[in-house]
Amino acid sequence: MLEVEGLCVSVAGKEILKGLDLSVEAGTVHAIMGPNGSGKSTLAYVLAGRDGYDVTAGSVTYRGQDLLALKPEMRAREGVFLAFQYPVEIPGVGSATFLKTAVNAVRKHRGEKEYDAMEFLKVVREKREALNISKEMIRRPLNVGFSGGEKKRNEVLQMALIEPTLAILDETDSGLDIDALKIVADGVNALRAPERAMIIITHYQRLLDYIVPDHVHVLAQGRIVRSGGKELALELEENGYGGIVPGVPGAEAAA
Amino acid sequence: MTSTSETARTVEALGEEGYKYGFVTDIEADSLPPGLSEDIVRFISAKKEEPEWLLEWRLKAYHRWMKSAEDTPTWAHLTYPEIDYQAASYYSAPLRDEDRPQSLDDIDPELLATYEKLGIPLQEQEMLAGVAVDAVFDSVSVATTFKSKLYELGIIFCSLSEAVKEHPELVKKYLGSVVPYADNYFATLNSAVFTDGSFVYIPKGVRCPMELSTYFRINAANTGQFERTIIIADEGSYVSYLEGCTAPMRDENQLHAAVVELIAFDDAEIKYSTVQNWYPGDKDGKGGIFNFVTKRGACRGRNSKISWTQVETGSAITWKYPSCILQGDGSVGEFYSIAITNNCQQADTGTKMIHIGKNTKSRIISKGISAGRAEQTYRGLVRVQAGAENARNHTQCDSLLIGEQCGAHTVPYVECRNASARLEHEATTSKISEDQLFYCRQRGINEEDAVALIVNGFCREVLQELPMEFAVEAQKLVAISLEGSVG
Repeated sequence: MLEVEGLCVSVAGKEILKGLDLSVEAGTVHAIMGPNGSGKSTLAYVLAGRDGYDVTAGSVTYRGQDLLALKPEMRAREGVFLAFQYPVEIPGVGSATFLKTAVNAVRKHRGEKEYDAMEFLKVVREKREALNISKEMIRRPLNVGFSGGEKKRNEVLQMALIEPTLAILDETDSGLDIDALKIVADGVNALRAPERAMIIITHYQRLLDYIVPDHVHVLAQGRIVRSGGKELALELEENGYGGIVPGVPGAEAAA
Repeated sequence: MTSTSETARTVEALGEEGYKYGFVTDIEADSLPPGLSEDIVRFISAKKEEPEWLLEWRLKAYHRWMKSAEDTPTWAHLTYPEIDYQAASYYSAPLRDEDRPQSLDDIDPELLATYEKLGIPLQEQEMLAGVAVDAVFDSVSVATTFKSKLYELGIIFCSLSEAVKEHPELVKKYLGSVVPYADNYFATLNSAVFTDGSFVYIPKGVRCPMELSTYFRINAANTGQFERTIIIADEGSYVSYLEGCTAPMRDENQLHAAVVELIAFDDAEIKYSTVQNWYPGDKDGKGGIFNFVTKRGACRGRNSKISWTQVETGSAITWKYPSCILQGDGSVGEFYSIAITNNCQQADTGTKMIHIGKNTKSRIISKGISAGRAEQTYRGLVRVQAGAENARNHTQCDSLLIGEQCGAHTVPYVECRNASARLEHEATTSKISEDQLFYCRQRGINEEDAVALIVNGFCREVLQELPMEFAVEAQKLVAISLEGSVG
């Protein structure tokens, strides 16, 4: 589904990704772990098409097409979803309004019927209850005054409604207490499907206890330095990044 | 041509026969040579068969204006070339059918595209674009049924010219009672040469059952550049009045100077909503309307209320401060405003809340959005007079900037002469952030829709003050006004 080959990316003239290779098949969950500053979030943003990330070499092929040639909104409509590490506040815009606009933009692109207000509320109700999101919460302005847990649950709600093909979760576990983590993980697990792939970006093994990956990759100094099964995450937990990637800066902090 | 338009012309001709008094200028003329003089003022008054007192009033205004003709106000944050008032024409009769566009095929496709986006039905498009069609007949009959309904309730809703003839005592009593002819430069000019406008009187205890809209007024099409409107709400009455239209309006006249006077008696409420979408000029600011408006409401009675809501998206220059004089004890004034300036538009707009009575309250919510190279200023005055015990005001001014070349300015004046007053002022200036745009786009929403969504969110508090059907259109208008402001 996704083939990343030799990807080099600079931000403001500084090279962050230095020849990254990654292959993701449909139906699999890949975890990408790595110390601070290794380029994890950069990878997420480049895949989603954010401005300011210059691809200097390499390619990204997504379902047979050149992903990097598409505008961010086209990538989204083609099924690439990014759950943000820091979901953005949009004052005055109700969460439900935002969600409906987004879901309908994607449905229209897929040639599906756009939801009217009533249909949409019904669809939302099923999904939000599973994520313990109240009716009141989706009436509030998007992410404004939401707690950390509410923001992340709201991201997963969006994902559940947009039904992406490739979901990238950027440190979805950060800022969550254990109860919120479980709710979010259950929400994500419910979306695992044979036709859908997920890339889970995280610092810690903890999230992977709840969302068990098929593959684990260690990203350090702009490259995937090691790949393995779910047991690699446990090894990281035990030895720290330093144990696996000698000389990696920031390894002590993560250990 | 159809019988309808023939009838219309016959009526017009009959009307003209009435003027047999020898004025200096030829009364049969359909338009006047450019320039402003006493003769012109007399001509306008005669053309409209006005009583002597009104002519006198116009002439007083004219002489006053002539004395100060050089003193155009310069305090506003606006830059525009000097206006040559002698180059403008101050009267022209409505276009005859054969001079108007014959079908929508003759209308600027760009204008039609905008109508399309706003979802305006074909018949209305023809009316707005000034096409000579039978559709006018329909609007006449709609307006007639509408009027008889109001008539049963004792509500007067007609053109100001009609009111001068039918209800001269009311017009005489209230014309200039809130905005005197000597009020300011543009109001004085308007007083001398105003062409037409609306007149509304709601009798005691009557709640007007429908939104009064200029759209339903038969002769709304040609009120011209110097519009004058008076609304009187007698004790315990209520009226909601809608002015303007979300559809872009084109006009041959570059200079517009309207005056609106509202009067609310004990326990009466007037809600006045405006959507102003005059031609803003092209991307470089060429050809837009200059809009200098004086709008003021007097809360004369106890517990009366006047609420202004405006959505200002058009005109090259906007100079406008809808205000409230809170005279009656316990009276309430409100001002809700959205002003959008794009490309080269400039707007200097705000309000004045003058607290005179005890326990008077006012609320100001102003949302300014600037894009392109536009400049926008909020200018407001909150004044608490010595006798205004327990006056309260809350002011909130938010500015949103799109792009790097636009400007937003906030100039709030506060004058307080009573220590019991409680006044609050909040102001923010923000930009649409890259983060917000990217977040929306990552969810499949394109850039223009994302800007529209974010801006509508920014304006929400004001949009919800608009009457329902207006609000939906206004949201679309917000999006259209900002087209091309990103990317």
